[in-house]
Amino acid sequence: MKNLRPSVPPHPVPPPPCGPVARKGSSMRLPTLSTLAAGLLILLGSSAFADPPAKPPSAKAEEPAIQEGIQVPKPPFSEGIFPCTSCHDGKSQKPDPRRRELTGMHGDIVLEHGPASRWCLDCHDTNNRDSLHLASGEKIPFTASYQLCGQCHGDKYRDWRVGVHGKRTGNWNGAKQYLLCVNCHNPHSPRFKALKPMAPPARPEQIQARKGGAR
Amino acid sequence: MTTDQKLSNPPESCGGSGCGTRREFLGAATAAMATALTGCGTLSKEEFLQRNFKELSKQEVLDVIARLEKEYKAKFGKEVKVANTQPIPGVIFGYALDLSRCIGCRRCVHACVKENNQSRDPEIQWIRVLQMDKEEGVNVQHADAYYNPEEVPQEGHFYMPVQCQQCKKPPCTKVCPVGATWRDKDGIVVVDYNWCIGCRYCMAACPYGARHFNWGEPHLPADQLNPNTHYLGNRPRPKGVVEKCTFCIQRTRNGQYPACAEICPTGSRKFGNLLDKDSEIRYVLENKRVFKFKEDLNTQPNFFYFYGV
Repeated sequence: MKNLRPSVPPHPVPPPPCGPVARKGSSMRLPTLSTLAAGLLILLGSSAFADPPAKPPSAKAEEPAIQEGIQVPKPPFSEGIFPCTSCHDGKSQKPDPRRRELTGMHGDIVLEHGPASRWCLDCHDTNNRDSLHLASGEKIPFTASYQLCGQCHGDKYRDWRVGVHGKRTGNWNGAKQYLLCVNCHNPHSPRFKALKPMAPPARPEQIQARKGGAR
Repeated sequence: MTTDQKLSNPPESCGGSGCGTRREFLGAATAAMATALTGCGTLSKEEFLQRNFKELSKQEVLDVIARLEKEYKAKFGKEVKVANTQPIPGVIFGYALDLSRCIGCRRCVHACVKENNQSRDPEIQWIRVLQMDKEEGVNVQHADAYYNPEEVPQEGHFYMPVQCQQCKKPPCTKVCPVGATWRDKDGIVVVDYNWCIGCRYCMAACPYGARHFNWGEPHLPADQLNPNTHYLGNRPRPKGVVEKCTFCIQRTRNGQYPACAEICPTGSRKFGNLLDKDSEIRYVLENKRVFKFKEDLNTQPNFFYFYGV
């Protein structure tokens, strides 16, 4: 029942390379000295943490959850598409950084996310396709994609971290299941899709008609 | 002597045979009265003689629960757990619903029915989603609960789900002539279905239309029964009693979110402890634009509406 709001420092703290940090007692509204120091450390030594750990991507994907005690679901990849490096290995498939219409693969992706000013490699990393990258060039795993979204959508990001934007399930006074931005918003077409409403309630007169009058 | 005998003799029904003593006669009369009063021949003597739930001793509560579990097993053919989980000290539940995000898909309405064992035919729903005109704002004069387009949200409309507001000053409990409904320590307004006489005063008093009456025997197929129940919450109800949202008392008193909050695809529903200053709900109340529905009635709801953007 204590502080359950995940308070994430403005920059990820070094040991966990990514993920919301749920620490008791610390409030995101009061940036502490340690947070600032951590941010500074990141700025100075970001290259040290930018290198992907020498682990298989699947293990890396589960890391934030384990470290933070927060269950982050897997990013909603299309079937069989991850790891991206199974095709984009840098050898058989040379990276082509030119902006172009995709014809061979990924033709099904329609970019409705500011297409005039945005392209694949603005978010996907050119040299390591199993990563995304921030505007700073820092690589982040797909499980921490909220950092990438938060670069532009700062107000939503702040609300998400305190549990106001987005859905939480689990326990109101304990472990919560979080959703990533991309679980609800397709990153290529982020507008929340319209849904078919479930059945409306029966009108009182309908109930009587079916039962042959009031009971 | 003859007059005495005549007086102690019951009327024709017993005919003098089998009703030898006064005690036997009174016992039979009580049973007959129970049948006549309730219009329900299946009511057991224990059920008929059960007192208000708040007045029961611990042992009596256990007996009542054991009896109910036995009855439900006989009726539905499967184990039903009836809990009596008490309020958690230091907790008052609050709920906040984001009107800027709700799209009116009614997932909450049906998840609630599934979780709380409402009658399926006719279906009783504890949540009513109102489709409102954006031009009119929150105005129940321009609300439609029966909308059914192909897709929601509809242009020019917003959606406002209404359920029990768990008022701090609930008019419904005030009017109950028998004390069958009350506000528990964690702020949940509950009903003792075994004490409710079905007068429906509470329904008339509630300004939110949050209370619902079982006009007929609730139709609940055994395979749709949620066996995890609470005495004051989602246990199967008899005919002729009033029921309402309890913030999923069987879930929330065990730390879980209510079913409606769990299902909401837009994450519009926020739930937590109002006394915990670090809870999501407190953040919403302190930082967002919040209003109470029909605030002018001074019911003081613990259910809030807010605009997340």
